[in-house]
Amino acid sequence: MNGIPMEHGLILASVLFSLGLAGLMLRRNMLFVLMSLEVMLNSAALAFVVGSTAWNQPDGQAMFLLVITLAAAEASVGLALMIQLYQRFHSLNLDAASRMRG
Amino acid sequence: MMAPAVVLSFLLPLAGTLLLALSAGRLGARTSATIGVASVGLAALATAWAVTLYPGSPENVTLWTWIAVGDFRPTIGLAVDGLALMMMSVITGVGFLIHLFAAWYMKGEAGIARFYAWMNLFVFSMLLLVLGDNLLLLFLGWEGVGLCSYLLIGYYYHNSANGQAAFKAFIVTRIGDVFLALGLFLIFRELGTLDIGEILVRAPQLWQEGSTTANIAALLVLGGALGKSAQVPLHTWLPDAMAGPTPVSALIHAATMVTAGVYLIARLNGLFLLAPDVLLLVGVIGAVSMLLAAFAALAQTDIKRVLAYSTMSQIGYMFLALGVGAFDAAIFHLVTHAFFKALLFLSAGAVIISCHHEQDMARLGGLWRRLPVAYGGFLVGGSALVALPLVTAGFYSKDEILWQAMAAGNNGLLLAGLLGAVLTGIYTVRLILGTFHGEAGSDHSRHPEPGTNLITHHLPLVVLAILSTFIGAWLYPGLDRLFPSAPGEGVEEGHTLLQVLAIGAVVAGLALAGWLFMMRREWLQRQASHGTGRRLWSVWHHAWGFDGLFDRLLVRPWQLMVNLLRHDLVNLAMNLPALIARVLNAGLVRTQNGRMRSYATVMVLGVTVILAVLALAPGGAA
Amino acid sequence: MELAFYLSGLVAVLATIGVITGTSPIHAVVYLIVSLIAVALVFFALGAPFAGALEIIVYAGAIMVLFVFVVMMLNLRSDTRGDQPWLHPRHWLGPSLLALVLLGALVALLAQGSVDRVIEGELLTARSVALTLFGPWLMVVELSAILLLAALVTASHVGRRNNPVQNRNRGGNQ
Repeated sequence: MNGIPMEHGLILASVLFSLGLAGLMLRRNMLFVLMSLEVMLNSAALAFVVGSTAWNQPDGQAMFLLVITLAAAEASVGLALMIQLYQRFHSLNLDAASRMRG
Repeated sequence: MMAPAVVLSFLLPLAGTLLLALSAGRLGARTSATIGVASVGLAALATAWAVTLYPGSPENVTLWTWIAVGDFRPTIGLAVDGLALMMMSVITGVGFLIHLFAAWYMKGEAGIARFYAWMNLFVFSMLLLVLGDNLLLLFLGWEGVGLCSYLLIGYYYHNSANGQAAFKAFIVTRIGDVFLALGLFLIFRELGTLDIGEILVRAPQLWQEGSTTANIAALLVLGGALGKSAQVPLHTWLPDAMAGPTPVSALIHAATMVTAGVYLIARLNGLFLLAPDVLLLVGVIGAVSMLLAAFAALAQTDIKRVLAYSTMSQIGYMFLALGVGAFDAAIFHLVTHAFFKALLFLSAGAVIISCHHEQDMARLGGLWRRLPVAYGGFLVGGSALVALPLVTAGFYSKDEILWQAMAAGNNGLLLAGLLGAVLTGIYTVRLILGTFHGEAGSDHSRHPEPGTNLITHHLPLVVLAILSTFIGAWLYPGLDRLFPSAPGEGVEEGHTLLQVLAIGAVVAGLALAGWLFMMRREWLQRQASHGTGRRLWSVWHHAWGFDGLFDRLLVRPWQLMVNLLRHDLVNLAMNLPALIARVLNAGLVRTQNGRMRSYATVMVLGVTVILAVLALAPGGAA
Repeated sequence: MELAFYLSGLVAVLATIGVITGTSPIHAVVYLIVSLIAVALVFFALGAPFAGALEIIVYAGAIMVLFVFVVMMLNLRSDTRGDQPWLHPRHWLGPSLLALVLLGALVALLAQGSVDRVIEGELLTARSVALTLFGPWLMVVELSAILLLAALVTASHVGRRNNPVQNRNRGGNQ
């Protein structure tokens, strides 16, 4: 065993990212949309860590910390919005909140 | 020395206008009338003062430079000479009497302050017109009087017909004004100045007699004069202008403004002498207008319209005089005409008010006993109009005109003048008989309320009546020295013959009229009610159908064009970008459906395309 | 190590598929936790134990607990009402194809690369990460702090039960 090629790590990140993206585009339930976003952020973080370990540099992990912070902030705000959505429409269907049209 | 008096004479009416206009009707009818009359009265006194100071030679007073653009520096400058003083005296003197009479005429009307503000503004503009030493200042006054004429014709604006009449007057005179403006441009381009004195000096130096440029310039100026003086073919506005209050008709549409054209041609006599053909045209137009208007006056039933056509006819006489080069005779007739036509209009106004705004001859009649003052005014004014020999002012001026026409050897114009004299006699007799004799046509004329005010009713009529007699003719000083010599100057041969002819024409007219209207009244009515007579009556009543002709030739094609242009193609082309924008908008609105998922999908599509391009491009990924 | 990486990666992918295709909220959340823990294992396998530990503590521990709390608070059940049409191929085919094409493009781009780095699994300790973080990256730490503060304020404002915006609307209707 000669270690893992960097491309494999990045491909794993791409697969996770594509899955998250597909979920984002497919789902109408806001909970699932938020979770898809988490998956996407997580895959981006994975790519950073892969880079960091491949080049043996700690900067990528510092970036990973930033991504985690961002994910936490995003999750808290997103969930608060979701609660509001549920209170107003009694549903988590995002299409119910599509009143902002051109 | 006389500068302050002259300046005062036109500043006072301006001050009156400003005072009345700025008061915005808060002053009350009596105060407004007092201000309006007093300002013109004081202006008349200032004019009298200026006349006493007049040294006998022309004097120029430059107040300030109006505009300074390179060599073009028109001034607010006054040229005071005998002609200007004569005109000033007529404007302020007759104007004052009319203002005074208006105080009686307009009693109880709404908007006295407005009325007097415009009347004063008119006097101011007219004074500017006759005093200006350059054509630009003259043009300012020219437009100013046009504006006042428009405003005062439409004085009773609640009736839309009056507004129409005002529009008509404004637009028709505007056509003439465009010609005059073009004339000014031409003169400035060719001679490099608008100063009247300079023009009269330079024109003979630069232009050959009868040259094309001189002809065109004279023609353009003549166009302006025709519009303002209501001569054929720009005459159709004057009868309709009678929609205004009668003092307005007296002041603007009889005594002063309509004679501005005569003044203009007399003022620019040097220019017209360089274009003999145009000068002859002036005479011909005058003769044609005179005859047309005289025939039209025969068939009118409204007393003011009769007077309007007679005004046109008398101005035709003045143009005839100008046409044979007798400028002095034209101005002489202008002055006497101002006197007796103002008298006739004011007397008509007295009749109209006394009979509760009744001005149809068919509904008047038998008034001579009940309205003696107005009757007297009509008798004196009418005899001056028909030029009753020796005792009236009109006789002397009209005789002068006919004599000059004869001396110039123009028999056609002379014959037209004599025929006009006959016709004048007929329609004047018809007017007086129809208004004051016979049976009263309505209750209004059976029980008139004669004017009793000594100052505002009797005084103007009496003074104007006195001026309409030979006394008025005596007062005219003669302006021979100002003008090139007239054809009949220094010649006496044939004058007696002409006087006999003229008197014969007058007597023939009066006798014919007396015979027709007294002896053969029924026959006349029968003739006028069917056949050829009826057709003639109709043609004359509509003043030879000029209105209908212009309507068909100009107004309707214009309206047709406007209707066509309303849906024009250019507009469609203009709408095309708007249409495209709207279609694009409709398309883009569809993409903004508010669904977050579709936004995300579209975004991902874009990212995918970019990445795919990078992946497929040869050597794209480095 | 390699075996751990590939197995964990497979688990992560399968769990994520479970997240996006699930119908029950609580199942989906649990799938997501599994996915995150699998990614944390990937981190351990790559030799970044600090990152893996943070992944478990912050992601799986803190954020996902937040999700679970919300799901419990709103008492969400398996709600397929809104997603019913999604089951039809017409609706999921397009986005799925799009995601596949994107994946293909990404993989193609990665395959074209010629970096040829191999991860040996050397340990990057928390110490070196901390030194980097509080050395040249200090400003980023400060910015993250501000970001968290902003998120805190926003969440506490938006998530209020008696939202001022709602009150204003209600006032307007009266």
